[in-house]
Amino acid sequence: MKPALSVIFFTVLSGTGYGLWCLLGLALAAGVYPLSGVGVLAPLVFGFVLVTAGLLASTSHLGRPERAWRALSQWRSSWLSREGIASLVTYLPMLATAWLAFFGHTGAGLRTAGALLALCALATIGCTANIYRSLKTIRAWRTRQVLPLYLMFALLSGGLWLWAWLALSAEHVIGIAFPLALLGLAVIAAVIKIDYWKLIDSLPPDTAGHATGLEILGQVRAFEAPVTEESYLTREMAFVLARKHAARLRRIAVTLFALIPVLGIAVALPSGAMWIAPAAALAASAGLFVERWLFFAEARHAVAAFFPERQT
Amino acid sequence: MTSLPAPTQKKLGLVIDLDICVGCHACAVACKEWNDGGDFGPLPDDDPYGAEPHGVWFNRVHSYEVIPQGTESALPIVSPHSHNPQPAPAAQDRPLDSRALEQPPLVPQMVHFPRSCLHCETPDCVTVCPTGASYKRAEDGIVLVDQDKCIGCQLCAWACPYGAREIALPHPKTAASDSSRKDSKRGTMQKCTLCVDRIYNETLEMRDRQPACVLACPTHARMFGDLGDPESDVSRAVAERDGFALMPEFGYRPVNRYLPPRPRRDGPTAKATLSTAEEALDTEQLPPLLRWLDKALSR
Repeated sequence: MKPALSVIFFTVLSGTGYGLWCLLGLALAAGVYPLSGVGVLAPLVFGFVLVTAGLLASTSHLGRPERAWRALSQWRSSWLSREGIASLVTYLPMLATAWLAFFGHTGAGLRTAGALLALCALATIGCTANIYRSLKTIRAWRTRQVLPLYLMFALLSGGLWLWAWLALSAEHVIGIAFPLALLGLAVIAAVIKIDYWKLIDSLPPDTAGHATGLEILGQVRAFEAPVTEESYLTREMAFVLARKHAARLRRIAVTLFALIPVLGIAVALPSGAMWIAPAAALAASAGLFVERWLFFAEARHAVAAFFPERQT
Repeated sequence: MTSLPAPTQKKLGLVIDLDICVGCHACAVACKEWNDGGDFGPLPDDDPYGAEPHGVWFNRVHSYEVIPQGTESALPIVSPHSHNPQPAPAAQDRPLDSRALEQPPLVPQMVHFPRSCLHCETPDCVTVCPTGASYKRAEDGIVLVDQDKCIGCQLCAWACPYGAREIALPHPKTAASDSSRKDSKRGTMQKCTLCVDRIYNETLEMRDRQPACVLACPTHARMFGDLGDPESDVSRAVAERDGFALMPEFGYRPVNRYLPPRPRRDGPTAKATLSTAEEALDTEQLPPLLRWLDKALSR
């Protein structure tokens, strides 16, 4: 599949924002968040910027962005519609949390708002993953790793940014449990992602004989394409450029989203060098851009089988 | 709206005969012509006469070579295309073994393959649509896109394994400032309408109320009709010729059917036109007059 920048920006940025909101909401709901007032507002607003920037980026993938509101109507059947609704609904508990935090509330109201925020944010990430997972035509996305990876990457990158905020603003009150949990999450996410890559590498390519039903007669080869030029289908779904550098890009992605954060946490906790925290968050976010680019570029669409002349 | 209607009695669709399609692209051109001006048009192009023409077609014709089954590794293959990779070592690169001398070389069978929307009974292109623009008609099963509702998210095209949908977007290399593309049809998904604006069009003669591709086909390789009616001409053709659906494993239950190429009269080892007849000529078998003629001409 062609890796569209708008969709990469959307899934990475909004995913990070929702992950941050989810963990912040959870901490507020459990009553373990060490700060109040501006300490809550600042990460909430940072998450707002990420989520909103991502959603705006996603509308530039549309041919008619001015009609985007219509996407809210088909939640009965469409994961994209459900995601649109969930993404907007999540703004409500976010605004409630911001309102309560701004006026210094700390009681049951803030806890409830935090819990709702965590729930809505998690649901939105799940909807995003299901948009891709529901496409039968792209076998790489039908795999069992896609949903847990979307959730884990959102929580990991959002969590690292939340840790960065806490490490810089409340160095003395933050415990080691949260960064250690992030460390564990990074390791598990990396293991699952490597498992995903192994699985998609083992998928046999679709053949023209199968796509056309002519395999019963023999081996099917390309003689002539329908047109001499590129078409929407060949550009969008028979995208083959990426696989050339896939191995190196995979190593870069894992290094950035897992190795650097893990080492960063392992060094920052004993040494107290808290400047490492934002650096680790930045590395993870950069790594997720590479990971997401590969997620699209490496996925083969069933329709590409009709174009054996393009397969490498 | 994007939820699928209850299974329809009437299943309008096409039956395409791969045995007699000659790959002339008349169906594709007629389709483009009608739909550019029909109710769902226009289908604007970028740079149509330039170096990189670009635009939406509902119907695209592939041409494939089929190498007969079970023989591809044992026999040399005569191909008009030397650039195509050979499954077996190319004939000229290896010593002729005895098997190759006993049998004439194979000629791959040409199959021309028109590809368009199959108007599936349970397609995901309808259910993934977030706006309700993509829908299946309850009355006849035609899958359509409401051009006034489509937001151009392309998820329906991603959900289709048959490549039936193409979006009308400006060519990526053309400047966006080009004023010629400020028409209302840009940015939305386009697909075969089964010429819904022809087949029910009462201003047309009865015989013309068929999809443009069917009317244009010079070999009658395309048939239009109700595949939900077992007594219809199309259903009978499918039953007689073992018509098949494409990639049934997706569970979309395509309505359109393809009729497979008939077996070749001379079997899979059709004599290659490139093989030299002279070498195979056994003069001892000829009648005396021809033997004398052969001798006389061979001097």
